[in-house]
Amino acid sequence: MNKQRKNDLLALGACVLIYAIFEVLIQLEIIGPFWELNMVLICINIILASSLNMINGYTGQFSIGHAGFLAVGAYVGAIFTVKLGLPFPVAIIAGTIAAGFLGFLIGLPTLRLNGDYLAIATLGLGEIIRICILNIDYVGGASGFMGIPRLTSFTNIFWIMIVILFFIKNFKNSAHGRACLAIRENEIAADTMGIDTTKYKVMAFTLGAAFAGTAGVMFSHYFYIAHPASFTFMRSFDILTMVVLGGLGSMTGSITGAIVLTFISAYLAEFPEWRMIVYSLTMIVLMLRRPQGLFGSAELSAQMFKGLTKRIGGVKIGK
Amino acid sequence: MKRLKVFAVMAAAMALTIALAGCGGKKADGDTVKIGGNLEMTGGSASYGASAKNAIELALKQINAKGGVNGKKLALVVADNKSEATEATNAMQKLISQDKVVAVIGPNLSSAAIAATAVNASAKIAAITPMGTNPNVTVDPANGKTKPYNYRTCFIDPFQGTVMANFATKELKAKKAAIMVDNSSDYAKGLAQFFKENFVKNGGQIVAEEFYLQKDTDFKATLTKIKAANPDLLYIPGYYQEVGMIVKQGREMGLTIPMAGGDGWDSAKLPEIAGKNALNNTFFSSLYSPDDDSKLNKDFVAEYQKAYNARPDVFAALAYDSALLLAKAMEDAKSFDPAKINEALAKVNGFQGVSGTVTFNAQHNPVKSAVIIEHKDGKQTFKTKINP
Amino acid sequence: MDMGSLLHQFIQQMINGISLGSIYALIALGYTMIYGIIKLINFAHGDIYMVGAYLGFIATTYLGFGFLPAIIFAMLGAGLAGIIIERVAYRPMRNAPRIAILITAIGVSFFLEYTMMLIASPQPRTFPAIFEATVYHLGPLVVNSQQILILVSALVLMVALSYIVNKTKAGMAMRAVSFDADAAQLMGINVDKTISLTFALGSALAAAGGVLVGIYYNSIDPLMGMMPGMKAFIAAVLGGIGIIPGAMAGGLILGVVEALVSGFISSTFRDAASFAILILILLYKPTGLLGKNVREKV
Repeated sequence: MNKQRKNDLLALGACVLIYAIFEVLIQLEIIGPFWELNMVLICINIILASSLNMINGYTGQFSIGHAGFLAVGAYVGAIFTVKLGLPFPVAIIAGTIAAGFLGFLIGLPTLRLNGDYLAIATLGLGEIIRICILNIDYVGGASGFMGIPRLTSFTNIFWIMIVILFFIKNFKNSAHGRACLAIRENEIAADTMGIDTTKYKVMAFTLGAAFAGTAGVMFSHYFYIAHPASFTFMRSFDILTMVVLGGLGSMTGSITGAIVLTFISAYLAEFPEWRMIVYSLTMIVLMLRRPQGLFGSAELSAQMFKGLTKRIGGVKIGK
Repeated sequence: MKRLKVFAVMAAAMALTIALAGCGGKKADGDTVKIGGNLEMTGGSASYGASAKNAIELALKQINAKGGVNGKKLALVVADNKSEATEATNAMQKLISQDKVVAVIGPNLSSAAIAATAVNASAKIAAITPMGTNPNVTVDPANGKTKPYNYRTCFIDPFQGTVMANFATKELKAKKAAIMVDNSSDYAKGLAQFFKENFVKNGGQIVAEEFYLQKDTDFKATLTKIKAANPDLLYIPGYYQEVGMIVKQGREMGLTIPMAGGDGWDSAKLPEIAGKNALNNTFFSSLYSPDDDSKLNKDFVAEYQKAYNARPDVFAALAYDSALLLAKAMEDAKSFDPAKINEALAKVNGFQGVSGTVTFNAQHNPVKSAVIIEHKDGKQTFKTKINP
Repeated sequence: MDMGSLLHQFIQQMINGISLGSIYALIALGYTMIYGIIKLINFAHGDIYMVGAYLGFIATTYLGFGFLPAIIFAMLGAGLAGIIIERVAYRPMRNAPRIAILITAIGVSFFLEYTMMLIASPQPRTFPAIFEATVYHLGPLVVNSQQILILVSALVLMVALSYIVNKTKAGMAMRAVSFDADAAQLMGINVDKTISLTFALGSALAAAGGVLVGIYYNSIDPLMGMMPGMKAFIAAVLGGIGIIPGAMAGGLILGVVEALVSGFISSTFRDAASFAILILILLYKPTGLLGKNVREKV
């Protein structure tokens, strides 16, 4: 346990270092507002991808309705700051709880389904959430929720992201996390081993939804607006693509996927007509070449680089 | 420990790339000045962005052919806002800080335009929305103050909704109106709201209010419901693609009453989609008609037709005007300094564009007259002109 | 409102719903076949329908074809596109994780949409009036000839498809591959060829739907396949995925429900209603209305 703690502390030190580097670059205006915006977006996407990874990667439950929870967080957070005039941290907590609670309500019945059926059900639920928001005039309906102050900064989103990542990492290594992994590997076997599969599936789903809610609060408080069109199933696909691209079940994979895809999207903004074509081709080619994602289910580590140099020539990484 | 090293190396590499990318923002070369186009190039409203981009490029080509502005050529940099509000802020940020544009045209969608205003305002760069008709694009609803860096070349929703309500009661003698609103558009909802208020004020009655979403194709269920309410006018604020299908299907369902709408109807596609006969007895308010016989407009339509083999729609016309307006402001300012361009824009007086004259009022809205156009056998015919 | 008019409205809404539902059914037929054979939610199916509509548009507008040649042209073209997509994007993934194939399908869907946008511009196109719709008034009720044509086409194609799947050798091969691809291979069935054929058939059906819808609504655009694709999938699940008459039934039910929700509640909740049906059906009868329950074996 001591070694674990030491590692955690070192990782924390690394985070402080990373943060310091970027913050200095921002302060020196070497990183301009556009890339700062994209860094915030990357942090939000990392939260989204790694939270979806808890559901899809660790527990093996096929959810593609993550944008719905993002929307709930975005709107609930905005209601708290704009309509109720409460401080931002309260809004973050409220958005997280609201999305998590909804995830719990939805997860309880739907997680009985599996595979493609669950996928389609979550997709449908994501859309239902969006359509409901579209019809609530209190939050602006189809026009979107406007006048949200920009309270998200690189500093707060970065540290919230780190906290969430630590949580997810520890969750994976806890008894609960191992139960989830067991469900992913073989649900029936896990069941016979005495694991309460429903409980753990719902737990992972609720936590994943809650973190998506956190991301939502940060999202709407960075872009000044929460708009139903930002939370369509296209957004869910985007998040899913990040997770799968990095490697299902790999947290560092999700992080890498989020970074890579946000960058691709930002760079391609200059070629609007080609943007989606290139994006889709990247998706197809990557899946054809590496269907298990960049990292498979392994985590990025120095060992991996060693393995890579030894086995160079396209042999499977990880597992 | 090893994992840490990897992390550190990765982070350093990333910081370096971002820093380099940050420095790499292309500077305008000496002879060209860049203006930004924050446009809907992909997503549900991609056709607006396509029209606007074509028109702006045409305008810049013409300006540059005449020697440019203040001795420099103008170039358009387009950023795709994916027809989405959050992406619009992203695109605005990119245009301003990466591409160093001196002013921005767009977005067309009101919601996207409203979201993006915060970005260009904090960077003190002027933005003109060609078609963002929602009042809040140029006015902050929280304090009622005009946003100092935002302008539009179109009129605002309240005016257009009012115009049609008055026309409906006075000219069409309508008493019971039904409304079919595009629920995914601020524009349509704004129009519907002001039509409703004024129609009721004029002594009329709203017998049904129904909603649809963009990209819907089957309206028969809703039309059946409307028919049962027995209105004598159907008001459909929305865009031509859905409107065309609503009119077509409505006539098939036996709704023979007059139908009316706003400038979103203005497209050569409308008669094709709805069918010429179905379109008889329909009216819409607009700020632009490609049939307008001013010389400026005739030239524009001809040039546009030549360049893109299509008639310009209202998005093209207003984007074209926005580009010319920007060029005018640069000329007036005798400078490409964003602050001076903004000052000059606010002072624009009597600018002649293809869609009419632009003089900004205190809310940065142009004072423009509206025209009511009637469809006769698939042709747009001028019915009446209404001044504000 | 008196009872008589309410009844008329109800019957009219049923007519509206059936006509809408037959469109969903047309797309769902192909969807259900493809899912049945390779267990892939082919997100690109709705876009094949869009491609079909554009091919029909090209055939009628630029090549001057009549209705039947145009629809055959579109079906052949889309069938070919289906084969190519399967060959290039799906076949190499056959043993990959399911989620990876799904991402590929989403990628293919984006690719088709935005390539078409690049080629044909995002502006909607209008079909030339190949034949005018005749409107029939039955008292207060309204039906038009195109609605009937679409319903009849959907029924004819359903019957034809059932015949192919149940009575022909190729159909038998399809069922065998769907049941157990490895076993089918061992029995001498060319699995690749069978899957290609299924994609060709399914895509051709979608294209037929695309052309009919193009004529019916008179407007096509590159993103026209997104929602109908989704709805068709719901219809396929509703009726029992992989079951051909199920797709038909699912489509019709979905259409009617949407019309009734639009007509008697509010059209803004129409899409939510169809997704809600999907979820209810999944929860209470995941194999669909016409499906048989399969016990999971360890």
